[in-house]
Amino acid sequence: MEPEVRPPRETAIGRRVFLGLATFGTAGVIFGSQIQGWLERNVGPILAKDPTGLLQLLPIGNFRIYSVTTDLPDRSRAQYRLTVKGLVEREIVLTFDELQAMPRTRLVRDFQCVTGWRVPEVEWAGVRLADVLDRAGVQTEARAVRFVSFDGAYSESLTLPQARRSDVIVAYEMEHAPLSREHGGPARLYVAPMYGYKSCKWLDTIELTRSVEPGYWEQRGYSVDGWVGHSNHRDDERTS
Amino acid sequence: MNAPAELDRFDRVERLAHWTTAALFGVLMFTGAALYAGPISTLVGQRYLVETIHLCAGLALPVPLLVGLSGRWGRRLRGDLHRLGRFDDEDRRWLRRSTRDQARLGKFNPGQKLNAAFLGSAIVVMLGTGILLKWYSLVNLDIRTGATFVHDWVALGIFFSVAGHIFLAMRDPIALGGMLRGSVTARWARTERPRWFEAETGEAATQPRPPATSSASNPSLSRF
Repeated sequence: MEPEVRPPRETAIGRRVFLGLATFGTAGVIFGSQIQGWLERNVGPILAKDPTGLLQLLPIGNFRIYSVTTDLPDRSRAQYRLTVKGLVEREIVLTFDELQAMPRTRLVRDFQCVTGWRVPEVEWAGVRLADVLDRAGVQTEARAVRFVSFDGAYSESLTLPQARRSDVIVAYEMEHAPLSREHGGPARLYVAPMYGYKSCKWLDTIELTRSVEPGYWEQRGYSVDGWVGHSNHRDDERTS
Repeated sequence: MNAPAELDRFDRVERLAHWTTAALFGVLMFTGAALYAGPISTLVGQRYLVETIHLCAGLALPVPLLVGLSGRWGRRLRGDLHRLGRFDDEDRRWLRRSTRDQARLGKFNPGQKLNAAFLGSAIVVMLGTGILLKWYSLVNLDIRTGATFVHDWVALGIFFSVAGHIFLAMRDPIALGGMLRGSVTARWARTERPRWFEAETGEAATQPRPPATSSASNPSLSRF
């Protein structure tokens, strides 16, 4: 009787794992935007309530730090100056202390990035942009406001009615702490109802202009009116 | 028939490829954590420097393995890669808890095979998505978001895979010694990797397994 010869049953497990991960990677690159959006909406708010904070290490509901220049700009509160110029009654330069001495306002809103991530219920403190504009006095022919960052490259714009909204502030605190350098400190713009790129970090100059001048990302294809949920072909839930 | 006391397990090229890749993984995981997690990034600062290190280490990551595999010197590494890539019946037996004790493993156990397959594949995926993240202006917004998504979740998988790999290596000093010095004791090979032992020495390893000692009481962990 012939002994039964069983061919060794081998599985190319290495190839399978590689193909599996490569498929996940490719599908993730193509559909990740939708998946991330779904996770931010449905899982993010749950993770934010985790008392241990460990779940917040998951890549959901976290800030990502973006900068369009090679390094993060560095300016202390003592060095900080905010210039308001252009079509104003009087050009002003505010020190950090002068800015902080103005009426303080507090906002708690979700922060939504146009690249998909969303941080739930971030607390901001600062000064209403409208108050800063009034301090310089806006000339009647001004129609728009331009913001320039001291990173040397970034700029943003709003129409005057947008800039006067009560949920548009010059923020100097985030989550009860001084605004850190990576989040745009000592002071940044925070435009609650719009995508993050409208909230110019490291705010240096506010200039009143006759018309909206497209900012850094808008020259590269982003919507000028960056309303959350109504621009950039996205349908995120509104933030403000 | 006297088997030598020590058996060669990994040659110089394999160890060099392993430890340089491990060092790059370490740098990437540390700088990655510093770029990603708010508290760590505040502690470390120097974001541009950290980013540059992460980028350079990432681009260098496949190099040690590719160089190790490419030349005449890579014969053993290529052989081991071939072994790592395949599951046989013994591996399947090992994976089932009830039959694990009867499994007669070759040079690697299935956990090592899966770890190698995952980390090796992850190098490719992380490199690809990393390039999309660095040169994001080449692609549209959705692709950038998707690349971030993949880079994040695979990074999380890498953290668990590497942590498990280190944890299990620490529990088995002889196996770890194989990657440090290049050789393992014949006694270890005979019990832990019997088919590899037989192929190396030409001697049968089929003696009954030594009676369970306390260290072998948890078979799932004692054999990595």
